[in-house]
Amino acid sequence: MASIDYPLDRPRQEEEAHSFSESLYSWVATVDHKRLGLMYVVSALIFLVIAGIMALVIRMQLMFPDGHVVGPDTFDRLFTMHGTTMVFLVGMPMVAGFSNYLVPLMIGARDMAFPRLNAFGFWIFLFGGLLLYFSYIGGGGLGGAGSAPDVGWFAYAPLTSKAFSRGAATDYWALGILVSGAGSIASAINVIATTISLRCPGMTLSKMPMFVWVMLVDSWLILIALPPLSAAQIMLLMDRQLGANFFDTRAGGSAVLWQHLFWIFGHPEVYILIFPAFAILSEVIPIFSRKPLFGKPAMVGAVVAIGFISLGVWAHHMFAIGMTAWSNTFFAAASMLVGVPTGIKIFNWTATMYGGRIRYSVPMMFCCGFLLHFLVAGLTGIMLAVAPFDWQLHDSYFVVAHFHFTLIGGLVFALMAGMYYWFPKVSGRLLSEKLGKWSFWLLVVGFNMTFIPLHFVGFLGMPRRIYTYTADRGWNTINFVASIGALIQAVAIACFAWNVLYSLKKGEHAGDDPWDAWTLEWATTSPPPEYNFEKLPVVRSGRPLWDLKHPHDPDWKYE
Amino acid sequence: MANEEILTVDALTLERHWTLPDRGKVGIVFLIITESVLFSMFVAAYLIYLGKSLVGPYPKDVLDVPILATICLLSSSLTVYLAEHALSKNELGRFKFWWIVTICLGLEFLMATGLEWKKLIYEDHLTISTNLFGTTFYSLVGLHASHVTVGMIFLLVVLAVTLMGFPIQTQFRRVLFLSWYWHFVDAVWVVVFTVVYIIGR
Repeated sequence: MASIDYPLDRPRQEEEAHSFSESLYSWVATVDHKRLGLMYVVSALIFLVIAGIMALVIRMQLMFPDGHVVGPDTFDRLFTMHGTTMVFLVGMPMVAGFSNYLVPLMIGARDMAFPRLNAFGFWIFLFGGLLLYFSYIGGGGLGGAGSAPDVGWFAYAPLTSKAFSRGAATDYWALGILVSGAGSIASAINVIATTISLRCPGMTLSKMPMFVWVMLVDSWLILIALPPLSAAQIMLLMDRQLGANFFDTRAGGSAVLWQHLFWIFGHPEVYILIFPAFAILSEVIPIFSRKPLFGKPAMVGAVVAIGFISLGVWAHHMFAIGMTAWSNTFFAAASMLVGVPTGIKIFNWTATMYGGRIRYSVPMMFCCGFLLHFLVAGLTGIMLAVAPFDWQLHDSYFVVAHFHFTLIGGLVFALMAGMYYWFPKVSGRLLSEKLGKWSFWLLVVGFNMTFIPLHFVGFLGMPRRIYTYTADRGWNTINFVASIGALIQAVAIACFAWNVLYSLKKGEHAGDDPWDAWTLEWATTSPPPEYNFEKLPVVRSGRPLWDLKHPHDPDWKYE
Repeated sequence: MANEEILTVDALTLERHWTLPDRGKVGIVFLIITESVLFSMFVAAYLIYLGKSLVGPYPKDVLDVPILATICLLSSSLTVYLAEHALSKNELGRFKFWWIVTICLGLEFLMATGLEWKKLIYEDHLTISTNLFGTTFYSLVGLHASHVTVGMIFLLVVLAVTLMGFPIQTQFRRVLFLSWYWHFVDAVWVVVFTVVYIIGR
């Protein structure tokens, strides 16, 4: 694509040759938001591969009835570590990574508001993750009982009490997540302060890119939702280490308190995880439809609405514990209410595409995949919000299929779109379209092959977290198909990994602005210099690069 | 190209009149918000478990209202404001005086908490594992006391560098944000005091 000269452009600097120890030092000691963002994303991808392999082992175990791949104890550890890793060590650093790399570039700033706090956030997150995985070695404790945590990612009481969780595995779980949570809080405060205080001249809140808006609300949710989990984990550690009685029913404590605290965190958390997807789609779909985002004020309103309503729906995870009819009604209604702003978002993305000149490049294909999968996920979510329906299917594979539709079909697809879209900015090279299409179609086929059938095996009564089943339950075919689908997904991810490694060396040179985009990150070189912009930009509309490329028909005339 | 010139002039005026909130203020405000959520969870746990202890000792038997400590902590909010105000006027002597008073008041509060815990543990045999009252009392009051301790460490650092001759007035923003944190810790005490020593008894 022909590159246009921007006044903000500067010639690319040649990288100086460094020895390995020098470059290692420069990465460890860096406070640059782009490097920290990259380190977040790369460590998230590594944890994704680890937890993905765990998922594969789980699927292999369940492929045939009476499976013998792993034993029941190992199986418990596998699904616990799979869930915990995916949520806290893949999803959360993806939030931090994408917002770290892109928010300062998009708002025309030179770095985050608190660069050193930013570095602290990354390293404390990584330390927390390693602490969790160290449980494989140290989790046995002095008695040698247990290894990695095996209490489920939600760690319900009283299973986590000393009597039922011997050894130190559960303590590692609580400490590791508590510590990495501190990193998430640091990063969220940083994003908020950056967005509020470092916008370049002219970028009022209404002219801020949708991506930044979503990440701002996401950070707000992190600040409100994570402390309840931290509080619960502090209480759990007090119970286990100091003999406190928070969740000990024999002393009058309540196991339900844990569930409330956990889900006060847990439900906003699913929005925290899906928000980067919303942010990415709101940037990618307009660029590849050649139309500005449809109804941006409504989009902002919707995302802020989710940022508040999602704080009041947590107990829909707890319909089965026997709450009062009034509580059930309230939380069912609130859960359906939160579907409304989500519906607004799906409608607006579709309306952005409607009548546009759509380019079906790989990022756009992943966005289309997101829209379809997320619609299904939203609909099964509404089904589960109906309390009596939930009583039927609580803790069944229907629930597993529902949230994997949001997290793989939704989040992973959107993250793929984001990585294909911004890879040229980060590396200066384009990812291969051909390999990208392979990974897209393989992922679509593999994902749907795994998770559409799992809805039905849930209807047929297969509960979550069982390590095997007998052959006469009628679940055999579905589980076999789902496991084959999991293998296809693994091939798709391998395809993507190969694409990244190949394109880093041999990819086509991207130039500064390969997609003919409108936001400020494309106004600097690829990769951007350490200071981002030589001269801080001044913007006058929501699409500053459109104004530069079309001086006779700029956006600000109409805003 | 007249159009472009107009654009540049506009851009320059825009740049000159472009002011945004101080990033430090935003940071400390949102830190306080997230800390408030953490505290509210422990307050909620305290209220939920109020009167649910299966065995004694109970709050009304063993808790004394810490009036002196409360007066000390609350008035330290005023003294830290006086110190910060003096620093904004560049009156270093007055700053040092009020800063030291703040530290003394904070230390008195921490000492009172320590003595209260000593009495509860050794005389009343109330520990964190005795009953739900012990569990929730020590965790809530302990969480607050640990925040006071952190604030105290920062106050002492500021005092130390000031006495060593560091020109603290160059760091006025940071002193200001520290004083906001201190006000927050005081405000939390009002809630903890109400819940533990008034409603709780």
